[in-house]
Amino acid sequence: MYTAKVMDHFSNPRNVGEVENANGVGEVGNASCGDIMRISLQVEDDIIKDVKFKTFGCGAAIATSSMVTEMAIGKTIDEALILTNQAVAEALDGLPPAKMHCSNLAADALHEAIKDYRKQNS
Amino acid sequence: MKKIYMDNNATTAVKPEVLEAMLPYFCEQFGNPSSVHWAGRMVGGAIEKAREQVARLFNCSAAEVIFNSCGSEGDNHAIKGTADALKHKGNHIITTSVEHPAVLETCEALEKDGFEVTYLKVDHNGMLDLAELEAAITDKTILISVMWANNETGNIFPIEEIGEIAKKHKVRFHTDAVQAAGKIAIDVRKVNVDMVVISGHKIGAPKGIGAMYLRRGTKISRFMHGGHQERNRRAGTHNVPSIVGLGAACDIALKNMDKDYAYVRHLRDKLEAGILSTISDVKLNGHPDANLRLPNTLNVSFNYIEGESLLLFFDMKGIAASSGSACTSGSLEPSHVMGAMGVDIVLAHSSTRFSLSADNTDEEIDYILQELPPIVQKLREMSPLYGRDNPTPLSCDECRMVTKACG
Repeated sequence: MYTAKVMDHFSNPRNVGEVENANGVGEVGNASCGDIMRISLQVEDDIIKDVKFKTFGCGAAIATSSMVTEMAIGKTIDEALILTNQAVAEALDGLPPAKMHCSNLAADALHEAIKDYRKQNS
Repeated sequence: MKKIYMDNNATTAVKPEVLEAMLPYFCEQFGNPSSVHWAGRMVGGAIEKAREQVARLFNCSAAEVIFNSCGSEGDNHAIKGTADALKHKGNHIITTSVEHPAVLETCEALEKDGFEVTYLKVDHNGMLDLAELEAAITDKTILISVMWANNETGNIFPIEEIGEIAKKHKVRFHTDAVQAAGKIAIDVRKVNVDMVVISGHKIGAPKGIGAMYLRRGTKISRFMHGGHQERNRRAGTHNVPSIVGLGAACDIALKNMDKDYAYVRHLRDKLEAGILSTISDVKLNGHPDANLRLPNTLNVSFNYIEGESLLLFFDMKGIAASSGSACTSGSLEPSHVMGAMGVDIVLAHSSTRFSLSADNTDEEIDYILQELPPIVQKLREMSPLYGRDNPTPLSCDECRMVTKACG
């Protein structure tokens, strides 16, 4: 049901945890839907230097969270803000149709973290 | 890699003796039992032998057994067939909120046709209040449908007592015994029940075969129209090999039930005690008294982690189990059984069911108990809910688009 890339990111997730001294944190999802994603990041000179995730959710939720951290690291916040959930799913060679809505919120969590950073630093 | 199968409430392997009994009925004894010639005559006896074998599991007479295609068909036939046959008497049906979808959705469909359905609540242990059941009966009640045992928790319902209530009020009583059959006695002479549904593939027969006990004299409308098979109660050419297989499986189940399920109970209890004593924040789903649950079923929630993730990690270790999480139920909501029991939503998503058989071993339990704690710990360390003081869910604007997903 899942692609090899999804299974790779699910079984060996990258960047799990919380960034120490994070200057932006975002959390999306809802327990009733079965997926909660939390992204913390460290931004310096508008560049995402470090990003980590914590996720409660299914295989797709964990894999997309892991993938979005890999995609975001080193990007400017403007570049990161145009990353879409669709792009994350594509980077994983796709998700099963049923997972496209509920378990594909990782880019949203990233955007929330960036918004939080901007709020703190405005 | 080891392969450990603990999802026997989903389906079971066909028993070798069952397959052996079936094999002559494909190429050699292939006839249609309704035919008068030699080919038909060759198989007629096989159908009646299987009927006797199934009847012994129910402890009923062979004429009270109807072969069908599966548990869902049996439940549909029992409920819709009763609703149609008794609609002149009333339009009220009583069932429970924890039934299998084959019962729940059939009742929901009847509601659209003007029937009224009472869905009885269960308590946090998943049990019914029989006073509430009795109080729900009105002069319009034509059917009570309560499962013998629950597929998710293994809870065994007091079918004998419910049968007495049904008898006292002269209401027909149907039970879905798909999970109970072969694991505990389903003796229709001991309990007052009019219709009992079983499914072959849960007891070592193939998929696509089932049977219903229909008490002699119980009027029921036909579900499948066509030929005169099954004394005009169920049309369709007999699935001869599978009927033979179901008969053999019932025979073996009856013969081995006590021995097999004492052993399975030992394995289940060992798994249960091992999980509860080695992993923190685990909730047992179902009745705490193990005697009130099927001997093979264990349902536990590993707090802070979601069921599908857990199953995927289990799968990497060769362990096959199942979960009540939304992701694995094929819907957007976690298990309706967990919901009815008032299980916290996160715990419902993390509910995990191990359903054993006599093919499992002590070594397999030891292996699971060794592999499970690190998997749970790994997923918890990944979870934003773990270690949080107040794991209150956030709002979810996205999900509001999906009306059924979030209340």
